Amino acid sequence: MNTPEPFLGATSHTPVRHHILSVLVENKAGVLARVAGLFARRGFNIYSLAVAPAETKARFSRITIVVDAESAPLEQIVEQLDKLVNVVAISDIAPKDALERELLLATIKTDVDNRTSLLDVVGNYGAAIVDVDAGSVTLMLAGTPAACDELERELESYTTLELHRTGRVALPRLGKAAVAADPD
Amino acid sequence: MGGLFLYLTKRIIVQLTGAQALIKSLEMEGVEVIFGLPGGAILPVYDPLIDSSVRHVLVRHEQGAGHMAEGYALATGRPGVAMVTSGPGATNIVTPIGNAHMDSTPLVVITGQVSSAAIGTDAFQECDITGITMGITKHNFLVKSAHEIPRAVAAAFHIATTGRPGPVLVDVPKDIAQSMMEWWYPASIEELDLPGYHPVVDLDADRVAQAIELIRVAERPVLYVGGGTLKSHASAQLLAFAERTGMPVVTTLMARGAFPDSHAQHLGMPGMHGMYAAVTAIQKCDLLISLGARFDDRVTGKIPAFAPHAKVIHVDIDKAEFNKVRRADVAIRSNVAAVLEAWDANQASPQNLEVWWKEINAWRETYPLVYDEPAVEGLLRPQHVIESIAKAAAPGTIVTSGVGQHQMWASQFWKFEEPGTWINSGGAGTMGFGVPAAIGAKAGRPDRVVWCIDGDGCFQMTAQELVTARSEGIPIKVAILNNAYLGMVRQWQEMFYDERYSEVYLSPDLPDYVKWAESMGCVGLRATNIEEMHAAIATANTINDVPVVIDFRTDSSEKVFPMVAAGASNDDIMVHPLQREQS
Ligand SMILES: Cc1ncc(C[n+]2csc(CCOP(=O)(O)OP(=O)(O)O)c2C)c(N)n1
Ligand SMILES: [Mg+2]
Repeated sequence: MNTPEPFLGATSHTPVRHHILSVLVENKAGVLARVAGLFARRGFNIYSLAVAPAETKARFSRITIVVDAESAPLEQIVEQLDKLVNVVAISDIAPKDALERELLLATIKTDVDNRTSLLDVVGNYGAAIVDVDAGSVTLMLAGTPAACDELERELESYTTLELHRTGRVALPRLGKAAVAADPD
Repeated sequence: MGGLFLYLTKRIIVQLTGAQALIKSLEMEGVEVIFGLPGGAILPVYDPLIDSSVRHVLVRHEQGAGHMAEGYALATGRPGVAMVTSGPGATNIVTPIGNAHMDSTPLVVITGQVSSAAIGTDAFQECDITGITMGITKHNFLVKSAHEIPRAVAAAFHIATTGRPGPVLVDVPKDIAQSMMEWWYPASIEELDLPGYHPVVDLDADRVAQAIELIRVAERPVLYVGGGTLKSHASAQLLAFAERTGMPVVTTLMARGAFPDSHAQHLGMPGMHGMYAAVTAIQKCDLLISLGARFDDRVTGKIPAFAPHAKVIHVDIDKAEFNKVRRADVAIRSNVAAVLEAWDANQASPQNLEVWWKEINAWRETYPLVYDEPAVEGLLRPQHVIESIAKAAAPGTIVTSGVGQHQMWASQFWKFEEPGTWINSGGAGTMGFGVPAAIGAKAGRPDRVVWCIDGDGCFQMTAQELVTARSEGIPIKVAILNNAYLGMVRQWQEMFYDERYSEVYLSPDLPDYVKWAESMGCVGLRATNIEEMHAAIATANTINDVPVVIDFRTDSSEKVFPMVAAGASNDDIMVHPLQREQS
């Protein structure tokens, strides 16, 4: 079966004032609290945040933080982050150079009337059905944040029982290296 | 050869408890004194302390331990060490940790913690001290095994003392202090396992050159010297650079003593209560060279109006300070000493500062530091008391202070000639800092006379540490400028709240400071007029075995001038009333 091209949405990347920081941290207890606490006490806004072990080394984790660079100059955010002893490296991916993906899971109430149209939506967005029972389905979309936004809007005409998004992770586009935000 | 080989391969395995390892680690770091107070969770660590060469000073309140460690660090340049128990012991030392964080003072604070298995159960005297101090430490550790103790201690000292110094806390659960480990000690920085910590960088030659060019074309430069100059032991380099270039120097509240007050190029302290010439020179300068200063709001006043015509060279070891408050034209990440040496090596210098000095000297002559004539009868002038103590003090005397009017007057009227002689709470403004800081300073520099210039309000916050001073044989001298008020707050209420005095009166007689001092084993003296003032100072100077406290009765209506109102532009500096007709 042919999977349709995933819908990339009207704008395929983060708004300009949002910057994506890819932060490599030591995988130690409390590190996330240190990062989150820093943002809170310095009044920097976090738009979204995703954490997972980095690469294969269990020693490090990668935190992808989408920051609102209007709440504070990006330079201050980066330099303050860099002062955290457990932060190993920070790279700043400019919105236009970022390849961003996010995962959306939603459980939608279904009945005989809406089942077909919902399946159309799933098909149009390149989403997938991952669970089904008599009265509901759970669908999944792995796509750009904008695509997730669009799908979420589309689902407003259905009864959404639960909807979760992971927050985005990002890598620089090929040939567009992330800028080491802390060259030291 | 064979014998040596045998010696090298025969590793002697020493089994220690975590507690023993902790004390031994402190010994490895060259710690000479710990300020602390024991309790349940830290009990195992206090046991091997009996057999250790490290001195322990038993405080009467953990806040005292923290400020003593700060005073010790600021007087000696070595990290201060404090040790307390879990829960309330730990929370009692939060204020000094926050204070040290604001003033970049190297501290290592050891806290006991409830046993690992009890963490998270709201156990007796449990508190999440690493969580509480996350935002006010440079870093902190919760030790997870006895084997990790040496690494945690070595890393704590490394982090506290390198780069921009600061407080580091090591939280040690009781069971870990009690469990056994095989003794080892990190032999190198690599073994500290700090992949994200790189405090030292190479000097950026391009930026050094850019700065030299700005210096070369400057016509009205000012050297804005901050606490980082003291932290990087750059006073000698500063003197050499300033003398070679002829530039005017200002020293912030945190940098008093970094450049001799007696030096003709020194304009004094800038900021809210700074010297008129220092404040105005910054306002009018065309090049502001910040050496380890951080553009604190007490220095800048209203930021958009601060040094409006100046290009800025910002030298700091902490690159997060760049462009935080003021955009720098050239930012150089380095310790201050290295940059000054590089500039000197390249003969960086402005061309001609004659016109600039003419302007500056006019400000100095028109608006010197003044106060009202001391009254023959009646209450003492606090400024006169400070000048009189300073005049009678041995060279190299160390001065600490509390926070308030007396602090500003001490900074203004004492003349500091060398680094490490002025110890105060700048960034946090912690009342009660003075007495314990003086004790810590004296413990670290027993050869020096240590005076605490204190306020009556501040004294009441931590005075009990004089019991510690007496019992430990640490003979400090305390001058209480007893104006019967929370004077600095009173000054603001007088000037900005229509003289509506709300909760600032303290009474000159309650407590009776002389009796209180005596009850703590100190000599207590009182001075209510000029004659008694001189006599009390002379008596205090003859006493070198026990602490002395002098209750100086001062005029509560005295205000600190010059003054830039909070949030106002430095251009709107208010001079002393005696100087107002002139303007
Ligand atoms: C712990 C703490 N509480 C409150 C303040 C606010 N405060 C700043 S100065 C001051 C008055 C200090 O009074 P005193 O020690 O008598 O000094 P004075 O100003 O009279 O010289 C107060 C309450 C503070 N800085 N620190
Ligand atoms: Mg007072």
